[in-house]
Amino acid sequence: MSKNVYVYAEQRDGVFQKVAYELIGKAKELAADLGQEVVAVALGDKVTNTARELFNYGADQVIVVDHPTLSEYLTEPYTKAMYAIIKAKDPEVVLFGASAIGRDLAPRVSARVHTGLTADCTKLEIDEETKGLMMTRPAFGGNIMATIICPDYRPQMATVRPGVMKALEKDTSKMGEVEVFDAGLNESDVNLKIREVVKETKKVADITEAKILVSGGRGIGGSEGFAPLKELADVLGGEISSSRACVDAGWIVRDHQVGQTGKTVRPDVYIACGISGAIQHAAGMEDSELIIAINKNNTAPIFDIADVGIVGDVNAIVPKLTEALKKIKG
Amino acid sequence: MKNILVCVKQVPDTTEVKLDPKTGTLIRDGVPSIINPDDKAGIEIALQLKEKTGAKVTVLSMGPMQADVAMREALAMGCDDAVLLSGREFAGSDTWATSSAIAAAIKNLPYDLIIAGRQAIDGDTAQVGPQIAEHLGIPHISYVAGVDVEGDTLIVKRDFEDRYHIIEAKTPLLLTALGETTEPRYMTVGGIYDAYREKEVKVWAYEDVKDNVDPANLGLKGSPTRVKKSFTKPVKAAGTLYEDISADEAVEKIISKLQEKYII
Amino acid sequence: MDFNLSKEHLLLQEMYRSFAENEVKPLAEEVDEEERFPVETVKKMAKNGMMGIPFPKEYGGQGGDVLGYAMCVEELSKVCGTTGVIVSAHTSLCGAPIYENGTEAQKQKYLIPLAKGEKLGAFGLTEPGAGTDASGQQTKAVLEGDHYVLNGSKIFITNAGYADIFIIFAMTDKSKGTRGISAFIVERDFPGFSVGKHEKKMGIKGSSTCELIMENCIVPKENLLGAEGRGFGIAMKTLDGGRIGIAAQALGLGEGAVEEAVKYTKERTQFGRRISQFQNTQFQLADMHTQMEAAKLLVYKAACKKEAKQPYTMDAAMAKLFAADAAMAVTTKAVQLFGGYGYTREYPVERMMRDAKITEIYEGTSEVQRMVISANLGVN
Repeated sequence: MSKNVYVYAEQRDGVFQKVAYELIGKAKELAADLGQEVVAVALGDKVTNTARELFNYGADQVIVVDHPTLSEYLTEPYTKAMYAIIKAKDPEVVLFGASAIGRDLAPRVSARVHTGLTADCTKLEIDEETKGLMMTRPAFGGNIMATIICPDYRPQMATVRPGVMKALEKDTSKMGEVEVFDAGLNESDVNLKIREVVKETKKVADITEAKILVSGGRGIGGSEGFAPLKELADVLGGEISSSRACVDAGWIVRDHQVGQTGKTVRPDVYIACGISGAIQHAAGMEDSELIIAINKNNTAPIFDIADVGIVGDVNAIVPKLTEALKKIKG
Repeated sequence: MKNILVCVKQVPDTTEVKLDPKTGTLIRDGVPSIINPDDKAGIEIALQLKEKTGAKVTVLSMGPMQADVAMREALAMGCDDAVLLSGREFAGSDTWATSSAIAAAIKNLPYDLIIAGRQAIDGDTAQVGPQIAEHLGIPHISYVAGVDVEGDTLIVKRDFEDRYHIIEAKTPLLLTALGETTEPRYMTVGGIYDAYREKEVKVWAYEDVKDNVDPANLGLKGSPTRVKKSFTKPVKAAGTLYEDISADEAVEKIISKLQEKYII
Repeated sequence: MDFNLSKEHLLLQEMYRSFAENEVKPLAEEVDEEERFPVETVKKMAKNGMMGIPFPKEYGGQGGDVLGYAMCVEELSKVCGTTGVIVSAHTSLCGAPIYENGTEAQKQKYLIPLAKGEKLGAFGLTEPGAGTDASGQQTKAVLEGDHYVLNGSKIFITNAGYADIFIIFAMTDKSKGTRGISAFIVERDFPGFSVGKHEKKMGIKGSSTCELIMENCIVPKENLLGAEGRGFGIAMKTLDGGRIGIAAQALGLGEGAVEEAVKYTKERTQFGRRISQFQNTQFQLADMHTQMEAAKLLVYKAACKKEAKQPYTMDAAMAKLFAADAAMAVTTKAVQLFGGYGYTREYPVERMMRDAKITEIYEGTSEVQRMVISANLGVN
């Protein structure tokens, strides 16, 4: 009988990624509904000691495969290790973060195991009747939501986007014994040669690709008005954009311009700061999922299309918003 | 390198899909069909490798007969051959079943390198490419931002959020390409005329691949996952305007909305 | 009678639209404001096979048909009238006469680089004293041994400032009237040939429109195009084909204006509603669309008749006459629908209106087209 909710605890350079903690947090809820436990799985080189912190975040068990072939992510050794654990332990559920690693590893593993995999889940729940996992995810470019089930194959596998689930508070009193697992790895599993690893910071943004935009208009007062907007964007993991007025005034370059004569954007969140929302601008962003507008003038047309409209001072609200978000995100 | 296969999918342009405000359902009529953007980048990478190595490029797709247009477009861009796998047996497939079918077709074709797109804009799973590689028992590299050739070795740039790898690989190999890193070329005018006048799209049915796959792995029946339900996100209600509130209250309202929408 | 575009023409249309949207449209405003000839666009068009569409592959062309070529000019003109005429003049007025009248040696030497887009072409017929009355050619060509010596000037020559190859018409025997006119293939760096004054125009401002000056210009004997005295006939036949190109340009300009007007009126609010909801607006747009649809059918028919090697002179004249007048009317209406905004250069419709005007004038004025049509009706 398959048992327990497993979480692939992604690590890079020996540091566990936030998504690992978030998934353990969610796994705890799922395991409670199933009356089972949460098992965190860490794969890496010399990670056994650090893996103990996974108990602090809620894991009931921690399994580690510690091997030099796992020092930098490569599909085959990681797949082989996950596969070995799944075959040995027969999990009920295995969760992966939907990162550039998880979205490579999970499909390969699911195919090797011959089971179902659901990608980019935004919601996970246990079906009361069947006790199966219900995995809800966006499809069709985000235009629809679908709830997927995997009734006949085990484990039920899912990848979850970072930032969607909530991690538990770190509790150093929670501790346990790490199980070191031998997945039978050896040098021949490294079937591709990593010639070079280059770490880099984020490149220059394309606002049409951004999921979150913090946008400035004439109301921000000057080029320095973009600094607090940039801070807010950074905290949210988004980009800054602008109305034509700021571009014409030389406060920001044209690449950031949203509007009829600029770019059309469709982010998940568009925060309009000091933007009046005249049609030339609205035409470029009105299809945004969530529009939040802050403007001193209660007749500003932006409020006609905003989901949340605040009549207020951008200079007072934005920095406070940034602070509050920093606290929440930890 | 002699043979490159490019796996493509014809998809509805999901950026053009709109919600019917009255019924809350998707309006799919009149939405143009396009070659999936990540796959188009894959075609471009294949054509660049063809220019460097003289390899033959075959484009392969699994889909309904309408996908013929996508095949012609790939031919017009410069691909040499096109194969379309089509049949009711493949309908209703999840990624396991899709990758099983495509792998079955690939087994009929010579290949050194297979290039797929990282993900399709309708399914958005990014699973089919790696799963095809597993069915074929060959290595794969996903999130590919660039490919170069040094003799019989491929030099692949593999992107992550915070880094990239330069990987040396030998064939056989499967790659999944990132649409945002490679600008695909236009079709040429002559290429379009040739695609319709000189070239043909080979259509394969289940019969043509059945020896390469267990039918239990195909179609709706062969899919480990299934859709329990699908629904559109609720139609946008009118917004709320807050006046005469303090900056702190404003921050609260915004944060609560961001949380409600799972942004934070 | 199938009024549907074939699958290959639909795919061509898609390619042209994609290219126009991504490569041409972003530059259109600048090309007009700075009166800049878009060299980089010409290079890209050459790469994608857009500079030699109707010529056979053996001559460096794409092996396409006249309709596919007309559709290219149409789609380019929807976003930029300048870019549309660059392709039209190059293909119909320089490539085509060489293809239709040239010797094998001339085709090898000149048509191949033109069709590949490696060289740009132009057509020199118009002179200060010979516009609508093209027969009044003053430019002379005198045979001296193994070469001709040309003297004279041409004006209003499209592509002149950037062209490498020119089809030049000159009088070889004044006593024979129009049968004394001959056609020559002239290279830019032939001694005695120079490009003169660049015209400042109302529209298609990025198009290079210049004077050509021939002062004892030496043209090798092998560059005579067609036989001596056949030049006028070649010019007229060439203009027949060129009219399809200009009709396509006008068609594109009008269609582009209708698209912009539909988009704008759906967004613009006055009196508490979108102006597209007023019946006056709706009726105007209905008329504009219908006019351009009618123009399209005339243009496409002329193109298909030429492709089928059927007589198409009258069809080409009707297409150009109708499409040009329609474009002028439609672009003017579009500016009106945009109101004050339409008069500013922030929106493209005033440029489309300025660009449209020339389509009623060049490659045979609308009056000339009427002369051609009535002649074909047998009423002259």
